[in-house]
Amino acid sequence: MPASFFEWVVFFAKKYGIFFLKGAGTTLYIALISTILGFLIGLAIAVIRTTPMDEHDSQAKKAFYKIVQAIFVAYIEIFRGTPMIVQSMVIYYGSAELWGLDMSPIVAALFIVSINTGAYMAEIARGGIISVDKGQYEAASSIGMTHRQIMISVVLPQAIRNILPSIGNEFVVNIKDTSVLNVISVTELFFMSKSAAGTYMRYFEVFFITCVIYFILTFTVTRLLLIVEKKMDGPDTFVIHGSQTVPSAVLKGTR
Amino acid sequence: MNTPIIKVSHLEKNFGENKVLVDIDFETYKGDVISIIGSSGSGKSTLLRCINLLEKPTSGSIYFHGQDIQEKGFSLQEYRARVGMVFQNFNLFNNLTVLDNCTVGQIKVNRKSKSEAEKFALEILNSVGMAQYIHAKPKQISGGQKQRVAIARALSMEPEVLLFDEPTSALDPEMVGEVLSVMRNLANSGLTLLVVTHEMAFARDVSNRVVFMDEGLIAEDSTPDIIFNNPKNQRTRIFLDRMLNQ
Ligand SMILES: Nc1ncnc2c1ncn2[C@@H]1O[C@H](COP(=O)(O)OP(=O)(O)OP(=O)(O)O)[C@@H](O)[C@H]1O
Ligand SMILES: [Mg+2]
Repeated sequence: MPASFFEWVVFFAKKYGIFFLKGAGTTLYIALISTILGFLIGLAIAVIRTTPMDEHDSQAKKAFYKIVQAIFVAYIEIFRGTPMIVQSMVIYYGSAELWGLDMSPIVAALFIVSINTGAYMAEIARGGIISVDKGQYEAASSIGMTHRQIMISVVLPQAIRNILPSIGNEFVVNIKDTSVLNVISVTELFFMSKSAAGTYMRYFEVFFITCVIYFILTFTVTRLLLIVEKKMDGPDTFVIHGSQTVPSAVLKGTR
Repeated sequence: MNTPIIKVSHLEKNFGENKVLVDIDFETYKGDVISIIGSSGSGKSTLLRCINLLEKPTSGSIYFHGQDIQEKGFSLQEYRARVGMVFQNFNLFNNLTVLDNCTVGQIKVNRKSKSEAEKFALEILNSVGMAQYIHAKPKQISGGQKQRVAIARALSMEPEVLLFDEPTSALDPEMVGEVLSVMRNLANSGLTLLVVTHEMAFARDVSNRVVFMDEGLIAEDSTPDIIFNNPKNQRTRIFLDRMLNQ
């Protein structure tokens, strides 16, 4: 039996290395997929919520729009206002109880974290859309672009770029918060650690390793996202085009 | 008499209690270069913004070639493609390069192919002296250059009318000239221009008509010669004295 703290750490790293990696893999998998899905949910909601009503629209359409808005607000408030650990229990056991749904823990995990993230993302994305200068929208309108065209070509690219740090933040939060999913037996990093620690009753050493792994995950992700942001901003300088006399020749050089 | 390109009839615009446009009647014919002058808050920007429906008029009508632009079924997109606008703050699309700023409308609204759009955009950027900067993003160029690109973007739609809302007011003095010279060329090319401006020299020398606005009304609408040398309205005289003696 290992004697010191250090020996225990080496012992667990050797014996349970694969175990930890699998747990970390699951954690990253759930966090990544759910952040992406949550982003798409949030973006869709934000786009719908920021769509202006046309005065020519019928009363029925306006009423429908109001109801949809109310549903979105309820969704956002409920999921932001309750802990994800409780949401997990309610959704996982509730779906089994009420509809006899036998979700695998991992599917349940993806579902729960996605809609939880979606609630936060909806507000983040709405903020991103609203913060794009109104002049951008007006200029695009003034050359005849439709609302949809303006959103796709002008507003959303800028909004998404501006909220990228918040999206990254949600991703990091998700890496950490997937740990609560151990309550529904998802074999993510925390769950794996708990099993390993329980076998030998060595909680400190195991969770020390777990701690390091979580940090490596979040730190790497943060760095990667900074690179992505830089990439999205494009180069700091631009290429001057010398030839002004032969437009077609200039164009060939541009692509 | 031929029909005006744009005709504004009994136009009123209130922002809440604030009556900004009281009763505007106004016509623009092909080739007109009209300067709109008047003190701050007199409603000049609001008039331009109503003309392309960035602001919804409270009452009154606007006709484009005799067609009511507020009528149901009127294609606002098509209309706006025909009536371009240049803003005081440029409003170039920040996420797009200079070239893409001038192609996105052609491709999305006028349904041109990308290569066709780029070819035309380059021609126009060349004519405003910005062809060298096609790869630049808006934040990488100066104010005067931004405004020239904004003009090129509007021109890329091949509009019949261009609306300018104080196109040189946000510029450093040394950049005003380059933008005004582009506008002079446009005026000489026969394009119809409606220019809200504080540049009295432009109003006097380039336009064929000057409209003086005062408290939401058109107080005087005449030739530059009459407005500058022999205004009929006392308020026009006071305004011009102030402007020209700064
Ligand atoms: N969106 C708005 N909401 C409320 N009031 C507005 C709005 N836009 C303009 N106004 C008001 O309408 C009046 C006229 O504004 P407008 O911008 O048309 O004046 P202007 O003649 O263009 O002035 P300037 O020379 O300063 O640009 C001002 O009193 C302004 O406060
Ligand atoms: Mg103004």
